[in-house]
Amino acid sequence: MESKLNGKAWKFGDDISTDLIAPGRLFHLRTNLPELAKHVLEDADPEFPSKVQKGDFVVGGSNFGLGSSREHAPTIIKIAGVGAVLAKSFARIFYRNGINVGLPLLICDTDQIDEGDELEIDLSTGTINDITKDIKLTFKPLPDVMIKILQDGGLAAHIKKYGDFNLD
Amino acid sequence: MGKTIAEKIIGEHAGKEVSSGEIVIAKVDVTAVQDGTGPLAVQQLEKIGLVQAKNPERTVLFIDHAAPSPHKDLSNAHNILRGFSKETGVVLSEIGEGVCHQRLVESYVNPGDILIGADSHTCTSGALCAFSTGMGSTDVAIGIALGKTWLRVPETFKIEVTGKFNKGVYAKDLILYIIGEIGADGATYKSLEFTGDTIENMTMSERFTLSNMAVEAGAKTGLIASDETTRKYLEQQGRGDKFRPIKADEDAEYALIIEINAADIEPMVSAPHTVDNTKTTGELKGTKVDQVFIGTCTNGRLDDLEIAAGILEGKQRHPDTRLIVTPASKEVYLQAVEAGYISTFIKAGAAVMAPGCGACVGVHQGILGDGEVCLATQNRNFKGRMGNTEGFIYLASPATAAASAIAGEIVDPREVL
Repeated sequence: MESKLNGKAWKFGDDISTDLIAPGRLFHLRTNLPELAKHVLEDADPEFPSKVQKGDFVVGGSNFGLGSSREHAPTIIKIAGVGAVLAKSFARIFYRNGINVGLPLLICDTDQIDEGDELEIDLSTGTINDITKDIKLTFKPLPDVMIKILQDGGLAAHIKKYGDFNLD
Repeated sequence: MGKTIAEKIIGEHAGKEVSSGEIVIAKVDVTAVQDGTGPLAVQQLEKIGLVQAKNPERTVLFIDHAAPSPHKDLSNAHNILRGFSKETGVVLSEIGEGVCHQRLVESYVNPGDILIGADSHTCTSGALCAFSTGMGSTDVAIGIALGKTWLRVPETFKIEVTGKFNKGVYAKDLILYIIGEIGADGATYKSLEFTGDTIENMTMSERFTLSNMAVEAGAKTGLIASDETTRKYLEQQGRGDKFRPIKADEDAEYALIIEINAADIEPMVSAPHTVDNTKTTGELKGTKVDQVFIGTCTNGRLDDLEIAAGILEGKQRHPDTRLIVTPASKEVYLQAVEAGYISTFIKAGAAVMAPGCGACVGVHQGILGDGEVCLATQNRNFKGRMGNTEGFIYLASPATAAASAIAGEIVDPREVL
């Protein structure tokens, strides 16, 4: 995984649920993830799926990803090309799922970032450079276990590599 | 230092003493997926060449979210689960058998177990004093194949409830009240322990309602000490030999202790679009309701249907209010038929559905129209939850739901009890 990421911020509010990310009305598309990804977050911002560019960032408020355990939610954010999700806090299952599918999730003060800001993120040093505003933010480091899983490309790839958990 | 229930159960499964904050590899007793999350779990195992199940007799694939299938793509997704079951010998729970969380407590989960399920309301089994938590498809897939998972031992919030409920107030009102107090992310990453004489005096069904909604406060699980009520329930389900008394140590360390007097609670409603947006029925009185939905893993059990039938007996739903009743499982459905509740619902104008998740997931069996209001006994009212972002979902107890179906608007159930 690249440790430096560059892209534009797409701003969302608090409590972005998995129903808004991967709606239940599209339940039948869960075995067709590229198709489901064409609808990612459209119930929160109808323009997002068609306008998001590879490498852009989803920037939420608090409790991002609350609700259902559907791993399809972080997966289609990743398929849409999003480089990382930034939020003030994440719901537990979404947080775990994001790391398992290899999508970086960064906890930081997103109030300082606005829609359209150009961001440069360094995963190895834990810094976010908001180029538009010329400010630097830091994010909370992930637990070591999650860094290991993320570096291996997600949980499935980790288990394939070692045949078991190898998290020590 | 004494241990919380979470620390005790996880410690047993990690083979060492553990304390909150530690990350451990733990053995998993029961694993479960449903038709929304299971196909991806199977595909992940196929992708890494690990099509196997460590404990096939305690690995259950539930077809409950879209059951029977309303779409050809879902029919094909169901067949992925049927195929995996045939190949590995794991248990398949077919259409009509019921919601995964209800089926898990009826037949599979015992006190002291660790259950991981690819559904956020897996925390329901916490009422049996099993450490049960929702995870995604890949986490559960690995749990199925290897019989273990990684866990961060959570800190615990102790929620101590004492005293008696007022008439018309139920476990659902209590849990809505608690979530309103601590917020939708107030217990993120934490384990909840429900204690106190109010909880001790509850039936298992009422306890399931509490544990079911722990995740709506962000919690990892919602545990209740196993006691005589637990033992009797397991005996009734044919698993009396699986009973073990488990409770927290007196000197266990809690991150927070919340004390609640049951007598202070009124019939509660969560208003759109978050579960912590709680009000009393009085504050919402007169809100017109287009659809009432009674069912789900939260409140689709026999005692829930009994309460609703008691209110609807000999009455009619309001002409402008649709009524949908979905028993949580085949067992519940059969008992409700035998007790006469189902004919009461049908005579009152209800559409009675086959056991399953029904309208709650927004796939079928009760999708809302634009601007419509649904009062439901389910656990979640997020925007878009019932298949339409233009719908408005209110959450309440079966009593409030039944009384409101007759009135055509939100009412305090005490008016009809």
